[in-house]
Amino acid sequence: MTQLRSDRIYQRALTAFALALPALILVILGVLLVDALPALRRFGPSFLWTSTWDPVAEVYGAAPMIFGTLASSLLALLLAVPLALSVAIFLTEFSPRWLRQPVAFLVELLAAIPSVVYGTWGIFVLIPFLRSYVVPPLKALLGWTPFLQGVFYGNSLLAGGIILAIMIVPYIAAVSREVLLAVPTSQREAALAMGATRWEAVRTAVLPYGRAGLIGAVILGLGRALGETMAVTMVIGNRHDIGVSVLQPAYTMAAAIANEFSEATTGMYQSALVEVGLILFVLTVVVNAIARILIWRVARGAAVGSKAL
Amino acid sequence: MSGASLRRHLTSRVMTVLIVVLSFTAVLALVLILGNLLVKGASSLDWAFFTKSPVPAGQSGGGVANAIAGTILIVGLAALIGVPVGVGAGMYLAEYGAGRLGFAVRFVADVLNGTPSIVIGIVGWTFIVKPSGGYSALAGSIALAILMIPMLARTTEEMVRLVPHSLREAALALGYPRWRTSLKVVARTALGGIVTGCLVGIARVAGETAPLLFTALGNLNFTTSVTQPMQTLSLQIYVYATGPFDEWHRLAWASALVLMGLVLVISLTARWVTRARYGRIR
Amino acid sequence: MTSTRVLALAALLGAAVPAAAQVQLTGAGATFPNIIYSDWMLTYNQAHSDVKLNYQSIGSGGGIRQFSDGTVDFGASDAPMTDSAIAAIKGDVLHIPTVLGAVVAAYTLPEVSQALRFTPDVLADIFLGKITNWSDARLASINPGVKLPTQDIIVVHRSDGSGTSFVWTDYLSKVSPEWLQKVGRGTSVNWPVGLGGRGNEGVASTVRQTPGAIGYVELGYALINKMSFGTVRNGSGNWITPSLASVTAAAAGAMKDMGPNTDFRVSITNSAGPQAYPAASFTWLLVHKTYADSAKARALVQFIWWAETAGQAKAPQLGYAPLPQELRPWIQARLKTVAAGGRAVWKAE
Repeated sequence: MTQLRSDRIYQRALTAFALALPALILVILGVLLVDALPALRRFGPSFLWTSTWDPVAEVYGAAPMIFGTLASSLLALLLAVPLALSVAIFLTEFSPRWLRQPVAFLVELLAAIPSVVYGTWGIFVLIPFLRSYVVPPLKALLGWTPFLQGVFYGNSLLAGGIILAIMIVPYIAAVSREVLLAVPTSQREAALAMGATRWEAVRTAVLPYGRAGLIGAVILGLGRALGETMAVTMVIGNRHDIGVSVLQPAYTMAAAIANEFSEATTGMYQSALVEVGLILFVLTVVVNAIARILIWRVARGAAVGSKAL
Repeated sequence: MSGASLRRHLTSRVMTVLIVVLSFTAVLALVLILGNLLVKGASSLDWAFFTKSPVPAGQSGGGVANAIAGTILIVGLAALIGVPVGVGAGMYLAEYGAGRLGFAVRFVADVLNGTPSIVIGIVGWTFIVKPSGGYSALAGSIALAILMIPMLARTTEEMVRLVPHSLREAALALGYPRWRTSLKVVARTALGGIVTGCLVGIARVAGETAPLLFTALGNLNFTTSVTQPMQTLSLQIYVYATGPFDEWHRLAWASALVLMGLVLVISLTARWVTRARYGRIR
Repeated sequence: MTSTRVLALAALLGAAVPAAAQVQLTGAGATFPNIIYSDWMLTYNQAHSDVKLNYQSIGSGGGIRQFSDGTVDFGASDAPMTDSAIAAIKGDVLHIPTVLGAVVAAYTLPEVSQALRFTPDVLADIFLGKITNWSDARLASINPGVKLPTQDIIVVHRSDGSGTSFVWTDYLSKVSPEWLQKVGRGTSVNWPVGLGGRGNEGVASTVRQTPGAIGYVELGYALINKMSFGTVRNGSGNWITPSLASVTAAAAGAMKDMGPNTDFRVSITNSAGPQAYPAASFTWLLVHKTYADSAKARALVQFIWWAETAGQAKAPQLGYAPLPQELRPWIQARLKTVAAGGRAVWKAE
């Protein structure tokens, strides 16, 4: 078929818009690489596992921030996954029809709350609540474990993890729900026909079928948590240190950049922070790519979960 | 009923209850946050809050008029930049995206979607603020647009793909050129969905703070000049909530309520557009 | 519908073109003087509606950085720029002192009503993490008669590049060899213990909200927020309560180090005077020697001179000490050198 001239122009115009995306990612990568170069040269790979962050001596190691990022995100997953999967299972399997829309809508609203609002709530509501009602009984019960050692600082890994958990529940729930909706009804019916209870049908027929997609949803939530900045910065305590106690302050990569990037007095200091940004960028790209592949395997084609993003 | 069967049904019951309880815990979090916002923020919403700019640190009174105007301007400008590019890229993916370039663009869009917004802040400072010799609202808008584009590209693609093939074929059979079919028939049919996607994208960036820290910076004064630093509600909340003054805390809650309200209105409009327009083709 | 939206936005942007010849100046930096700077700048605008000054308190490190990178019209810092930092921008900077302030050890102990006393070594050891409980014997021995609670000490420091941190670590470095060797002085240092707050605002806020916390903040923040803060033993062995008088005394001790040609980069921590509060400091505006835009440069110089003269009266009520009178002619001489387009912008009023 011959192409009209006007069609060619149209196609070219759209192509130009589309090419903006690869161009953007090249700019982002370029900026990060160029500005991180001095730090990459100076510290090499040991930047990843040394833990000194000393702007006076100009020695930088990102281990505490990498640790804090992973620890807060994993803590968040630990708390968020049961909640989010419950929401998804409830909405697809158990909920009366009239309740589905309102509950789904409310959970979606959680995703619409700006990060800085979560942070404000964290400072003035969550932390005082934890200090008065949660930490004392928790310490009385499990104070002997290494995870609850030391004095509760308020701004802490625990506060950061809980805020992150609340923030990622809607993402995991929305994608999981779509994954579960993609499970063919015949799966459930077969299990029920064989005399399985409602829960058994879910556990033996529905969940295994959607397993890869559900893992993908969880990893997508992880990707969100890793890069989340403001709410975490406001409650995590901003301390360059590695410790297993969730009561102690910690730091995340995103929080360090937010606090220190525009104020780094020397070139090397700034370069080290850009390298932190580069690590964060690469980490989230890898995590998101894994999540996508897993979700695609279950629900091929259209961008499942893109609504939640 | 045998013992085993009883146990099985009991397990089913317990799990059902557990799932319901956990689901409602998640909803409870939302109710708590919105409730706190209302209780702590609403009492400070008065005329001065909306019409006055801030007073010096540590003194009482003043409002956030500069931040409200700044939010609207910065986000509006971001939409002006981001929507054409994002929607255009989405149309490309839907119409011509079957090949290798389409795959690459789709992949890049997904990668960018997951990029932490603080990283965009670094890029904005290095690539725009530093070379241009100053912080500006425009730099902030560009940073927000970068966040919107991949999101819009993917939702637009999804919406356009929902348009039935028969519709497109009918138009082509009538002798419409492809570009007219694409714009007048396909895009118009999917318009409700595209608008919804744009609104959702705008709602999301309206609450962003991290990329604005290093680009829009913030401003004590009311300004509408986009080449100057500008205040937004999100930046204002960050400063006020982390500050020591009780007056600031009061204003932080009120600003948070207003920002949340703004985001909610955009989100609800998005839903309403989907219902009204998009219900027809589904 | 798209076209109407475009039109609406175009209208908005049309309104965005600034009216008449209004000068907008942006500055960023120290959080230490934010209380008085935001007051000065907003007050100044009431009398000079053609000049809008915007100050963002992002920290002294940020002030130096953004000033050096040319992203702001002026910087602010309570840590002077180092010689190498000045060399990096080819010496194009004037340090103009504006007010004096004290960095105080603020704490939250609801059970304790008297002001606690601290010796330099006790302060250093608290911030080194060697004294970890409020009931520590050394704290008790210098605070006879005070019933100290058995409570963990939570140290709060700055997470951003900070001149307040510089003053505090500069002081600790002068009084504690161990601090000097392990941590040193700087706008950002490697803190041995504690959690980080952003800005004087963030530290004050965290200390207020955390029982058992101790942090260092500018006096004005402690006063406005009615926080408790410690009395410190100075080099002469006297217990000094941070106040405008004891800060002024510290500055007086440093005047002998300055002459008419000084660049004002003078540290007054651990100053020699018998009544001098030891953790005191000047705070400076960072101004370029030459600007491209003469309207901006003139407005800036005029504002600064207003702050150095009429503005000083505001200082005491906001928790800052006014500059010694002797400095005024020297500052004026320096402001007269600020130039744009090869000509000095100073204009006698």
